[in-house]
Amino acid sequence: MDMQELSLAVQKGKLKVVKELVNQALEEGISVQEILDTGLISAMGIVGEKFKNNEIFVPEMLVAARAMSAGIKILEPLMSDSGVKPIGKVVIGTVKGDLHDIGKNLVAMMMRGMGATVYDLGIDVPDKNFVEKAEEIGADIVCISALLTTTMPAIDDVIQEFENAGVRDKYYIMIGGAPVSQNYADKVGADAYTSNAGEAADVAKAYLISDCKKGVTA
Amino acid sequence: MSLQFTKLAYDSVDDFVYGQCKKPITCKNGMIIGGGIIYPEVNFTLPPMNATQATLPEAKRIYKEMVDGVLKKAHELHAPGVVIEFETLPQYTENPEWGIEIHKILRDTMYTYEAKYGLKSVLRMTPNDLREMSRPPIMRSGPYWDAMVRIFEQTAKDGADILAIESTGGKEINDDAIVNADLRTSVFALGCLGARDMKWLWQNITQIADTYGAISGGDSACGFANTSMVLAEQGFIPKVYAAVMRAMVTPRALVALENGAVGPGKDCAYENVYLKAITGTPISLEGKTAACAHFSPIGNIAASVADLWSNESIQQVKLLSGFAPVVSTEQLIYDCRLMNKATEKGYTKLLRDLLVESDCYLDPQAYILAPENVFEIAREIVKSQNPFIRTLNTGKKALEILQRGVDKKELHLDEREVDWIDRLRDQLDEIPEDEEAFIAEMKDEVDSDKYNIKEYGLE
Repeated sequence: MDMQELSLAVQKGKLKVVKELVNQALEEGISVQEILDTGLISAMGIVGEKFKNNEIFVPEMLVAARAMSAGIKILEPLMSDSGVKPIGKVVIGTVKGDLHDIGKNLVAMMMRGMGATVYDLGIDVPDKNFVEKAEEIGADIVCISALLTTTMPAIDDVIQEFENAGVRDKYYIMIGGAPVSQNYADKVGADAYTSNAGEAADVAKAYLISDCKKGVTA
Repeated sequence: MSLQFTKLAYDSVDDFVYGQCKKPITCKNGMIIGGGIIYPEVNFTLPPMNATQATLPEAKRIYKEMVDGVLKKAHELHAPGVVIEFETLPQYTENPEWGIEIHKILRDTMYTYEAKYGLKSVLRMTPNDLREMSRPPIMRSGPYWDAMVRIFEQTAKDGADILAIESTGGKEINDDAIVNADLRTSVFALGCLGARDMKWLWQNITQIADTYGAISGGDSACGFANTSMVLAEQGFIPKVYAAVMRAMVTPRALVALENGAVGPGKDCAYENVYLKAITGTPISLEGKTAACAHFSPIGNIAASVADLWSNESIQQVKLLSGFAPVVSTEQLIYDCRLMNKATEKGYTKLLRDLLVESDCYLDPQAYILAPENVFEIAREIVKSQNPFIRTLNTGKKALEILQRGVDKKELHLDEREVDWIDRLRDQLDEIPEDEEAFIAEMKDEVDSDKYNIKEYGLE
């Protein structure tokens, strides 16, 4: 089977076709790793590039992401036996007192699209929940979002929570949201600030690849 | 008993201009909104800081500094009057006593300037809609609702002139609809859920306003249409979708005016233009002078039929000339001064048309706000009394107008935008015109963990 066919189905968001082709590929003995890398994740890479080049919009990207997820769901039970690991694990959430989640959801979607496993804590997340989830799942990256000038200081509180727990250096902490800036990131000791979802995924991917801890290259 | 709007308040689009409306509002101090003069409406907020009990003294000091600066500038520049909006931070609604204290500082300072300098000012009180803090939202009871009632009641009692809100009924499912450009879910969120919430909410707000002598002002679909506008600005979703959403939020908003609200509509509610056409009530709007808060493709056209001209919100940060809220006040006053001078000289319609034509062909979100198009959409809305049907038909009419603009080659649309007109029309064409049947379909389609249909009076 031609992996290009699967890639195109993902790009066009043809969920049913993606499921059929993934099953067909498995029946033909194609490895889980190859289906994942060549058929699914690389397709989302192309979709992400088209978005960055202003050729498509987020809704088109979401349709593709859902198709990719449907394919990954079929592969998941086989991944551990095949020695396949995600490119990285990401914990993401909006800080305590802040209910905004559209931007955060887009970041989560883009990170899933690059092959990361994303644990979304949602909105109005207490500081300690970021630490607890990151420790529980052995996260690589923690993404913290705030949209209000008055909730932005809670980003600092979350980072302090990691400091207080003595685990700050274990995680790459990324921050974002309308009032957030590089200056603020420097001030609170975040590892990265990004201004949009696409940039967040790029920075995360660059970190995970440079980290060289994972078995999958995207 | 709800009001019913079955026709437009205007016979001619030529009468549909800024600074004047069919049903002006006279405030307690005699200031008339929509009676011939456009006034600045200034909103300001704290710089980045925690909003807690511990920081309340500092917050109060900053609010006092901000309102003093704004009123001093308004007096120096001979503003004929000014509206100040106190849009609370969520923490100041959740802890209503904090918000009440700050409101009193603003109110007393405004009284002082009026007594001392004769500067007329009006205070718009806008608590947050905290009900979405519960997930799924609890709309009609509970501690969040109680806190909202408390701050509305006490600030109205303490002298707030106008009560307003950016309500969120239906938003809990519409957020996902926006990023998916999913009009089907938006019709459900706005026409079925949101409209029912507006009726209940605005009957309550109006009762509070009537009890304490305040004006039951207006709402804003900020979390629906402005979120769409901002995401379109960032290239995330089609501008065509944002333009259609702008029109489609109107039937939901109209429910407030059917249930006691009399205006002035809130500044960020660009749907106000349709409401003004239908109800004749005064409206606030924001555009180029709100770039301190958000960008938009409608900087001039937004002013074309406004009765108050706003900056949306600005933080207390120092700029070269002075603190940002004072800077913003000066900009708004000069905008209004020019518009009022044009009116005095008999050039109101000319200036309105310049404001319209300088924007309207460059972006679908501006095109949909051009007065002729506003009237066409408004006429479509009043054909029915059912908010669901109104929402559905408004969407279809908006798409028809955008398509016509493209066909006439007068509306500029990027290539990747054009086929979204067809895609969105297909979505709306698949919606049944029987509301009961549609609700039944959506109950199966929408994730029931995200909302509780009973909170909207539905089963």
